[in-house]
Amino acid sequence: MYKILEKQVLSDVTKLMVIEAPHVAQKAKAGQFIIVRIDENGERIPLTIADFDRKAGTITIIFQEVGKSTLQLGAMKAGDSVSTFVGPLGHPTEIENFGTVVCMGGGVGIAPIYPIARALKEGGNKVISIIGARTKDLLFWEDKMKAVSDELHICTDDGSHGRKALVTEPLKEVLEDKSRAVAKVWAIGPAVMMKFVSQTTKPFGVPTIVSLNTIMIDGTGMCGGCRVLLEDGAQFVCVDGPEFDGHKVDWGNLLSRLSFYKEEEKAAVDHYKNHICNLDKAVAEGGK
Amino acid sequence: MKIPRQPMLHQDEHVRRANFDEVALGYTEETAKKEAERCLQCKKPLCSEGCPVGVLIPQFIKALREGDMPKAVEAMKVKNNLPAICGRVCPQESQCEGKCILGKKGEPVAIGRLERFVGDYELAHRTCPLNAAPPTGKKVAVVGTGPAGLTCAVDVAREGHTVTMFESLHGPGGVLIYGIPEFRLPKSVVHGEIDYAAKCLGIEIRSDHVIGRTITLDELLAEYDAVFLGTGAGLPSFMRIPGINLNGVMSANEFLTRVNLMKGYLFPNYDTPVKAGRKVAVIGAGNVAMDAARCSARIQHLHAQQNGTQPGEVHIVYRRSKEEIPARAEEVHHAMEEGIIFDLLTNPIEIMGDSTGKVVGMRCIRMELGEPDASGRRKPVPIAGSEFEMEVDTVIMALGTNPNPIVFVDAEGLERTKYGTAVADNDTGRTKKQRVWAGGDVVTGAATVISAMGAGKRAAADINKFLKGEAAW
Ligand SMILES: Cc1cc2nc3c(=O)[nH]c(=O)nc-3n(C[C@H](O)[C@H](O)[C@H](O)COP(=O)(O)OP(=O)(O)OC[C@H]3O[C@@H](n4cnc5c(N)ncnc54)[C@H](O)[C@@H]3O)c2cc1C
Ligand SMILES: Cc1cc2nc3c(=O)[nH]c(=O)nc-3n(C[C@H](O)[C@H](O)[C@H](O)COP(=O)(O)OP(=O)(O)OC[C@H]3O[C@@H](n4cnc5c(N)ncnc54)[C@H](O)[C@@H]3O)c2cc1C
Ligand code: SF4
Ligand code: FES
Repeated sequence: MYKILEKQVLSDVTKLMVIEAPHVAQKAKAGQFIIVRIDENGERIPLTIADFDRKAGTITIIFQEVGKSTLQLGAMKAGDSVSTFVGPLGHPTEIENFGTVVCMGGGVGIAPIYPIARALKEGGNKVISIIGARTKDLLFWEDKMKAVSDELHICTDDGSHGRKALVTEPLKEVLEDKSRAVAKVWAIGPAVMMKFVSQTTKPFGVPTIVSLNTIMIDGTGMCGGCRVLLEDGAQFVCVDGPEFDGHKVDWGNLLSRLSFYKEEEKAAVDHYKNHICNLDKAVAEGGK
Repeated sequence: MKIPRQPMLHQDEHVRRANFDEVALGYTEETAKKEAERCLQCKKPLCSEGCPVGVLIPQFIKALREGDMPKAVEAMKVKNNLPAICGRVCPQESQCEGKCILGKKGEPVAIGRLERFVGDYELAHRTCPLNAAPPTGKKVAVVGTGPAGLTCAVDVAREGHTVTMFESLHGPGGVLIYGIPEFRLPKSVVHGEIDYAAKCLGIEIRSDHVIGRTITLDELLAEYDAVFLGTGAGLPSFMRIPGINLNGVMSANEFLTRVNLMKGYLFPNYDTPVKAGRKVAVIGAGNVAMDAARCSARIQHLHAQQNGTQPGEVHIVYRRSKEEIPARAEEVHHAMEEGIIFDLLTNPIEIMGDSTGKVVGMRCIRMELGEPDASGRRKPVPIAGSEFEMEVDTVIMALGTNPNPIVFVDAEGLERTKYGTAVADNDTGRTKKQRVWAGGDVVTGAATVISAMGAGKRAAADINKFLKGEAAW
């Protein structure tokens, strides 16, 4: 069992947790991920390593509640434990001094882009960061991003904070500004966002790294469930990635694969909420 | 009067289609004894020669016949630590029973069923206590908790060495847990064996540890006196045909892991969903393919019961003929009873999808058998112009697997063949890297439970010699 040492609520649907897992912390690097399973009945879900502390033996994860497992995890408190926590998995991000770089974080993708931006900054790069979300309440870590960026752009779809725009708008302006000579772009966020970021950078010929979030089970190359189509064939996100060249990804295929279990995921949420309601009811009745 | 081969009770084929309970119900004491009576107690037992680990078959059958169960267990365990498992999953027809002298004229002794009976007796009564010798202070790491790793761990721990097992998944057992379904090998049998060994011998099992990522092999070597690799061959192969990334195409590993390890058939009480469409095609005809097909059929029937609909179809698509089917005969038989449709001499050439990326069909070509190939089997050759389309919504690839490369990360000097398997000596399990032994599927490629156990046993014997100083590296 792996204990939740700390929990922070970053937004209505975004939670941060610090988990005790010395064996993972020992090896963790930015860009890698872990797989967590809440309890005996749980599914294995992948989450990026947002931060780690080798001395304390802890890993920080940040997740958005989208379905049954993340909702259930989000309902847990400091002191509770999860039954599986395995990693670090996947390849770490390769950090070098590239010159000027752009780091894009969409929604919960702000969490994993942060350690990358920080490492790039420490590596001597000029870091331009662009973060965005649907609405103000979903944004977090503005200050942290600011601290590691030379320039920070903030967008919301509804204009409730920062600029009312998609993240690709400021990106395009930055790319068009010849004086900045962007060497490389990192983008982490929903698949659709990464797709459009890649489409935006392509005409400029700027290499673009995306971190793909396919559905996974084992995370060790055993099931093939996480495979993505690239220009040069299929690869497994868990062992060959999670970072890939955004210009080579078949986004249509990725988006379609992500929706494969939609019906079941909905059923799982309904089942979970129902169960919780019944539990609440039982507790309430028991109290009478 | 000559005793006929004793039948074993089975769950009714129509009932079992909609549940995951064990299909074969085993012998009763009476039928087991009756079957044991049939054995001729050959002086030169061919059955033992046919067994990859040379189980003392006439000896255990004799004890069983005399009603001395503890003695039967003891004779069995000289060579085989896990009889309840082997009795259920070994391909007896091509091993012990295939060689049994009675099979020349009539039906061979049902050695597998007797083995299972003895194994189950031991699970229930624990007549063969696992004792460890006094502690030696030596430490051994066993990577992978499948049959190879388990067998090695037990034999090493019995000598008094401290054994730690590492497993990347959240629980031990390897293919026995994530691959082979409950209806063929109940999880309770596997867990029973593992828990017993862990408890009696103080073997520690560290799940959630991916060697090569969480800890590297070189790091293990810094802490342990010897390391055994039993990491299996879990990396799935996909056919190189168009449409392979469509929704509804998956590896048998993915499907079986969802079903067995994650208990997907109990969704939504368990969280991992699993889909088996209305028309499932399983490509391949090994044990893995049979398991995927039979799990698909069960899920279809469960869904049909829940929703009041018709169950659908499951096809095995195989490019050779019935004679070449590599799966255990019993499983092929069970699959047919359960209504699985066999499309033999058929090979897929393309998977077709709709506009949303979902599988809607498969283009296949008919095959005929040509000259024997390197494996001695007649090579399937496509018949020109025989292409046709099959309507399917799920395609499960069961085409064989290769060793997972992760364990080789940061393990300098651990040699691999061009097939990705570890290079290891057949008799001792020694690899090209000092103090590292390997055995099972990681060395042979996908094989059998008993061959993995045999390799684990041979490696354990050599590790024990090495740790005692009786054999230098
Ligand atoms: C390498 C990797 C790293 C990830 N890191 C993070 C992270 O740091 N923080 C975070 O919040 N999420 C991360 N994800 C996504 C996260 O794994 C999913 O959100 C989670 O599995 C959803 O589980 P659920 O049961 O709550 O929802 P489900 O019921 O499984 O799904 C609900 C909705 O989410 C979509 N979905 C399902 N699985 C995924 C997926 N893997 N990625 C994206 N959408 C999905 C479904 O289409 C559905 O609409 C990562 C994914 C990968 C592969
Ligand atoms: C569906 C299916 C049905 C089968 N049916 C039969 C049958 O009826 N009869 C028969 O004899 N054989 C059958 N087999 C084959 C048999 O199961 C295998 O040959 C046998 O399990 C191999 O044993 P092993 O110990 O070498 O490896 P495995 O059983 O594969 O165990 C390897 C273990 O190592 C773990 N591992 C891998 N890499 C790492 C790592 N880097 N770090 C930590 N742990 C790791 C894996 O998670 C796994 O638990 C079947 C196989 C499958 C897949
Ligand atoms: S070959 Fe058959 S009859 Fe002879 S000892 Fe073995 S099981 Fe008995
Ligand atoms: S998650 Fe199973 S192969 Fe990647």
